[in-house]
Amino acid sequence: MKPFSYERARTPAEAVAAAVRVQGARFIAGGTNLLDLMKLQIETPTHLIDVNDLALNRIERTPDGGLRIGALVRNTDLAADPTVRRDYAVLARALLAGASGQLRNQATTAGNLLQRTRCPYFYDTNLPCNKRVPGSGCSALGGFSRQHAIVGVSDACIATHPSDMAIALRALDATVETFRPNGAARTILIADFHRLPGNTPHLDTVLEPGELITAVVLAPPVGGTHVYRKVRDRASYAFALVSIAAIVQRDGSSRVALGGVAPKPWRVEAAERELPRGAAAVAAGLLADARTTHDNAFKVQLVQRTLASVLAEAKG
Amino acid sequence: MKNGPLDVHLTRRELLMAGAASAATAAAPDAVAQPAGSDVSVAKVSLDVNGRVHSLELDTRTTLLDALREQLHLIGSKKGCDQGQCGACTVIVDGRRVTSCLTLAVMQQGHKITTIEGLGTPESLHPMQAAFVKHDGFQCGFCTPGQICSAVAMLEEVKAGIPSHVTVDLTQRPQSSDAEFRERMSGNICRCGAYSNIQEAIVEVAGARR
Repeated sequence: MKPFSYERARTPAEAVAAAVRVQGARFIAGGTNLLDLMKLQIETPTHLIDVNDLALNRIERTPDGGLRIGALVRNTDLAADPTVRRDYAVLARALLAGASGQLRNQATTAGNLLQRTRCPYFYDTNLPCNKRVPGSGCSALGGFSRQHAIVGVSDACIATHPSDMAIALRALDATVETFRPNGAARTILIADFHRLPGNTPHLDTVLEPGELITAVVLAPPVGGTHVYRKVRDRASYAFALVSIAAIVQRDGSSRVALGGVAPKPWRVEAAERELPRGAAAVAAGLLADARTTHDNAFKVQLVQRTLASVLAEAKG
Repeated sequence: MKNGPLDVHLTRRELLMAGAASAATAAAPDAVAQPAGSDVSVAKVSLDVNGRVHSLELDTRTTLLDALREQLHLIGSKKGCDQGQCGACTVIVDGRRVTSCLTLAVMQQGHKITTIEGLGTPESLHPMQAAFVKHDGFQCGFCTPGQICSAVAMLEEVKAGIPSHVTVDLTQRPQSSDAEFRERMSGNICRCGAYSNIQEAIVEVAGARR
């Protein structure tokens, strides 16, 4: 680990001011991904701003009947919240499908969104990786790419976003609230929050340097049957090969977001309108522009079959 | 068993250190030694561990695990993978199990930390420790402190009604079932494969019917 100085911020304004003041500063909350990457010197902050003392750990009703989830709410607490379990079950299910009990106790809502890819080539500092060292090349293309993305990819990067929580948030059309370095608040749709790699895979999100996530906001409950299905190599504590967050209504309409197949939570609203024609038609719409490798081509069929299973489960 | 493994005069670590010393190695003495010219940052931190407060001056990079082991010489918590995957470093912070390798010591000021040394003593084992001995819930023992800390806090999570991936109905309280325990313990890896005996120990402490 590279040396760094450390401070505890007391307010969002103080945290953001410190981030702007110190070159190379980073926020730390749960630390479960950041510290891991710092040990490997993939992340090398010069200054850590501990944001755990900020009063951002509450889950509260919004005036319109939705839910505001503080940035520091731990994954365990969010999954255990009675309102989330009753009205946003797809979110509770997604959280509980991720990581381990220990990690969910530490990891925060904002940190979960900001976690970085688990592409093994991103982690292996001996090999080229455009996300880690822009312009160095992509080792996954032509490498071992069974876990990698099949949609939204570019010639520069085929890494997936590893979050389960974010897939459910995409199905729920959540919004991310932030505090900007200029002192203004802004709201970012979850659909716009993560970036596709293009030629700049080192930029995972649209956040500005020093911008702080303060909350994730859910719209009023939409009802329906909530399903989160995660297909992985082990029954527990493994990243997804394919995951599906689905909210299916009695009239047959549905929302479907995919994990494990793209650099960001993957949802194509037009594809959802194909539902009366069956899972294969929806899957075809979701993966219309798929670019697979020899190793991960199986994910196309896996998405289709998992979706068929999810829709069958939702119909009861 | 009474005067067995718990009665040794040297810990394994002291034995290893003695071995290293007798080999007259000239290894660097200081774990925080840095290349010349580096800008090491030191911070003062009070750690409340097993009911005792310790005032330390630490390189900010020190993880909670390294502070426990290298500074406080509480070597029950183990460094397996050092990346949060194996669970051998699991300790209990404010009643919750966490991987101590993935948090910094300076971040733990003001929190109550319980390690395996604080759960029980050789003379007065915690019920979970006693159950692990009774059910042979280990072979090499390396993952055991993490398994036990994790299991103790895990049962509290079930009691508190926190759901898991295998909880069938999210609107109901989770059951004390084999399936629940297995899923919830997936963050603790045992290379010897003592899982079925670990499970027996946990089931006994939980008082769950088979």
